[in-house]
Amino acid sequence: MLSQTWAIFRKDLRLELRTKEVLLAMLVFGLLVLVILNFAFEWTREETRRLAPGVLWIAFTFAGILGLNRSFALEKENHGLEGMLLAPLEPGYIYLGKWLSSTVFMLIAEVFLLSAFVVLFDLNVQAVLIRLLLVILLGTSGFCAVGTLLSAVSANTKMREVMLPILVFPVVVPVLIAAVESCAVLFEGGEMAEYYSGLRILIGCNLIYVTVSYLTFGYVLEE
Amino acid sequence: MTETPSEKAPSLLELAAVSKFFGRTVALRDVSLRIEQGQRWAVFGRNGAGKTTLLRILATLMRPSRGEVCFGGKPLNGRESELRSRIGFLSHTTALYGDLTAEENLLFYARLHRIEKPRERIAALLRQLELEHRAREPVRDFSRGMQQRLGIARAFVHRPRILIFDEPYTGLDGPSAALLQDLIAQAGEITLILTSHDLERGLALADHAAILNQGNLVEQEEVKPDGDTRIHQAYARWVQGQR
Amino acid sequence: MLQRVFAWALFCAMAVALAGVFLYAPRERTMGDVQRIFYFHVSSAWVSFLAFFVVCVGSIGFLATRQPRWDHRAAASAELGVLFCSLVLITGPIWAKSSWDIWWTWDARLTTTLVLWLIYVAYLMLRSLVAEPVKRATLSAVVGIIGFVDVPIVYGAIRWWRTHHPAPVILGGEASGLEPRMRLVFFFCLAAFTLLYFFLLDRRLKLAHAQNELDELYRQAA
Repeated sequence: MLSQTWAIFRKDLRLELRTKEVLLAMLVFGLLVLVILNFAFEWTREETRRLAPGVLWIAFTFAGILGLNRSFALEKENHGLEGMLLAPLEPGYIYLGKWLSSTVFMLIAEVFLLSAFVVLFDLNVQAVLIRLLLVILLGTSGFCAVGTLLSAVSANTKMREVMLPILVFPVVVPVLIAAVESCAVLFEGGEMAEYYSGLRILIGCNLIYVTVSYLTFGYVLEE
Repeated sequence: MTETPSEKAPSLLELAAVSKFFGRTVALRDVSLRIEQGQRWAVFGRNGAGKTTLLRILATLMRPSRGEVCFGGKPLNGRESELRSRIGFLSHTTALYGDLTAEENLLFYARLHRIEKPRERIAALLRQLELEHRAREPVRDFSRGMQQRLGIARAFVHRPRILIFDEPYTGLDGPSAALLQDLIAQAGEITLILTSHDLERGLALADHAAILNQGNLVEQEEVKPDGDTRIHQAYARWVQGQR
Repeated sequence: MLQRVFAWALFCAMAVALAGVFLYAPRERTMGDVQRIFYFHVSSAWVSFLAFFVVCVGSIGFLATRQPRWDHRAAASAELGVLFCSLVLITGPIWAKSSWDIWWTWDARLTTTLVLWLIYVAYLMLRSLVAEPVKRATLSAVVGIIGFVDVPIVYGAIRWWRTHHPAPVILGGEASGLEPRMRLVFFFCLAAFTLLYFFLLDRRLKLAHAQNELDELYRQAA
């Protein structure tokens, strides 16, 4: 199981690193979102710490949706799913491989976007960096856990690019809330207990989304 | 209403009263076909007759709307993986990633099929299909014929015993078609199901023929080597529309 | 015949419920007559939750058996769920505006209802964008399952969020602390709405079955 999932993950990675199309698009779009939000809210230096979690996660998720859209669009173009389905493996392995690759791509984009934010808005994250990265990791994997499934679903519809955000955003509300609140605790120096309960919610979401998606992915790929 | 699989020695692959619908469109209607191990079938029919649908159902890529697919005499449910490891499938779409090289594409599928010593196997296949000089180039840059050859290589990578090829000759020139026939000949005791628009090319490899018309299986029989006219007549009637 | 009886029973139940809400139930001390909307608001919320549960059951049923009628149940229930959910989202602000002079307060329950509404609207949109019936049924079944599994998580997360950012709660307690007459009317209204749901579900299912039969006839004629 692991070797096949890993093969799918590596294939996605290799494809993307060769063209870098999707990563670039995610980065540029995320950056644009940050800039537009700056004009929309025009916050002061003091307000940066309060608004940072929300602004960051808006940029992350908008960039993430872009990445998820492309992931299955590419498979449809190349008819790659057919090739994978002919292999003796559980469809769930395809899901796991794609979940891992979309999480990694989104994380790469987020690292850049976070750095851009730190520079553009003069936010000091050094003291909380490790804990911040942990939230970003869990939030991203949770987002991609259900995003990968729903991306496969919307790839089968007309207006697939539009269908994906409409499906994903309501469902990932818990992930967003937990991620933003945990970040808020870190930036505003709140109670660490809240940070940990936020992490627990994120871990719970990850477990549930991955389980349900793994079990139902085969049905989405059927003809 | 499903037919129970026959009580003789279990067939390798069998479609029992299989129908496939897409909403109101009927792609296949009540098709029953028994494929024994070692047989070589050629399926003919007009465009839209249901040939591709038939092959995709045999390859487990599609579920029938009605009826059953049987493997080894028993219904398939749950044993798809077992069957898939034995099938080599080729369709119109080559399932190759344009941005990866020929070698990388084959390596990916080799890993998915968990074959041993993948690199050696791939090198041998590429040589056999005369693609080894382009092994490190992205598939995007290949001509249609070369992509088809690479698709054939992908279908053979895991040494399948059942070959299901949907119009394999498309895009192949004479020499390439010969390469394909060599590969099939070398594969030994295999079961082959292919579709073709060309009667003679299809019959060249086959010992059984079937004809589909508008989703119905209208003719199926053994092909006799001595220039059987019955299949030619049926072909003329159903595919070319002559009475 | 049975449907006639059902229809009349529903009519009577609704009539009695309305009479109960407007005539029998006492006027609430602090909020006045506007509070009567509470009976419709909570009943709709309960019915929408029931409806979404049925969507999940229908979805699992379809994936397990592949029989179209399970998909019909899921789809019909989703439509009704969105309908009743919309009622919750309309009655809530009406009440809030009259009582506290604001339309919306992002309180935990109403916000959860909004997110639920969005999830199932997405479900219905998905259905409208897939033409082939079996594909449509399969894809919506998957969404129907993940949507319902998500419900408790959404509610939990929003409540947790609310503890950090408190705001006025639209509905005090639900059936807690209700005067006996109010309680009676409340449960009766709940029952009447549930009956309404099943009645509408039944009608909608018949329509879906008829559509299915028509498709089958087309296939046979082809």
